[in-house]
Amino acid sequence: MKRLLTLVLSIVIIGLTAVGFRLYAQESQPRVVTISAKRFEFTPNQITLKRGEPVTLRVSAEDRDHGFYQKDLKIELDLTPSHASEVTITPDKTGRFVAICDHFCGSGHGNMKMVINVE
Amino acid sequence: MDKHFDRRKFLKVSGMSLGVGALISVAPAMAGGGPAATVRRWFRRQNGEEVTPFNLVQLSDAHVGFQGPPNPTGTKAFEHAIDVVNGLNPQPDLILFTGDLTHEAEVAGEHAKRMQLFQTLTSRLKSKKVMYVPGEHDAALDNGVLYRQFFGDTHYSFDHRGVHFVALDNVSTGKPAVGAEQIEWLKRDIARYPHTAPIIVFTHRPLFDLRPDWEWFTRDGDDVLNVLAPYENVTILYGHIHRHDVHQSEHATHYSSRSLIFAFPDPATVGDKKPVAFDKEKPFKNLGLQLLAEKKGRLGVDDVELTLREFGGTDGVQQISRPGAYL
Repeated sequence: MKRLLTLVLSIVIIGLTAVGFRLYAQESQPRVVTISAKRFEFTPNQITLKRGEPVTLRVSAEDRDHGFYQKDLKIELDLTPSHASEVTITPDKTGRFVAICDHFCGSGHGNMKMVINVE
Repeated sequence: MDKHFDRRKFLKVSGMSLGVGALISVAPAMAGGGPAATVRRWFRRQNGEEVTPFNLVQLSDAHVGFQGPPNPTGTKAFEHAIDVVNGLNPQPDLILFTGDLTHEAEVAGEHAKRMQLFQTLTSRLKSKKVMYVPGEHDAALDNGVLYRQFFGDTHYSFDHRGVHFVALDNVSTGKPAVGAEQIEWLKRDIARYPHTAPIIVFTHRPLFDLRPDWEWFTRDGDDVLNVLAPYENVTILYGHIHRHDVHQSEHATHYSSRSLIFAFPDPATVGDKKPVAFDKEKPFKNLGLQLLAEKKGRLGVDDVELTLREFGGTDGVQQISRPGAYL
């Protein structure tokens, strides 16, 4: 009987520990922001991030190869339709930053951009 | 070492404006002794020709095929620039075209027609040594396949009058980059030359971060500049930004030529990248070329804005629109 009690208690403790770790891991994961790219726009075309908060930008190309580039925030992604590309950043300054498609994609390419606000 | 010979000043700008693109004169300080004489002898041994003065012209961004509000006159400015170059005395030995020869087209076959028209127009140039690099509007959508059919390789090098010229392609992968393979080629190519050799690199996009959010940069431009860094006489000519600009980096001087289709404003004065509005009274305003030539022992780079002064009659777009004005 004592052995059975010990076994049950052990299982409960292990289970609670696992749940705790999982919750902790979820809390420490950066927030994910999903962005899609197609000729000649990003959706959404504006996002807001917090200074000092890690965030993962997951960007997918819907129609053809594109780029996703923002020099000051150290974002430099090559996008292909086959899979999403991502980058994790921690903005260290506030402001309004314009991210662009830097892979030439046709006549409206020059206007393919979005705004990243950092508060 | 000849204390009167400043190798870093071999390719410096004189900065005189003629009012039309870019004329470049080369060979300046190489008339001196010491290291200059060494370089002259080296080029003579390698190529059979010493560094001797000559003129060249840089043309850029004609965007043949473009139609739109920023310039409803199509190829008129480009054709006027050809007339201006043909009127130079002496004629330039060499003409460099730094990309965006044509504007891309969505309709199959149309882009090839635009490249054909570009070649028909440039065939009017009296000076027949014309060298090209692609811009993204020429080569990015098909990785340079059509461009190569009309104009050949997208990167290459050659010597002319004792100056080493390097054509770099920073557009045809679709990315704004030169790429590791081409950078390795560049290393091998210039390794043959003494560090005092005069080198002119011509390419489409700026190799430094001029305005990244306007796409005025090359992702691996720093890697290219690092390869060139040991060389003491490097001049870089580029287009893409549709305006004249001079920039001094640690080891090179960078000059951009005006466009022949429409201009962009000074990025220091506005936030958004929008073409300068077309002025029907001054249809060539802000458009032009660069002329490079020797000026008192130095390389002179003249920014030349196109004007209507060669035309009679009333001012404005009517002059260049009258039948037979160009075509």
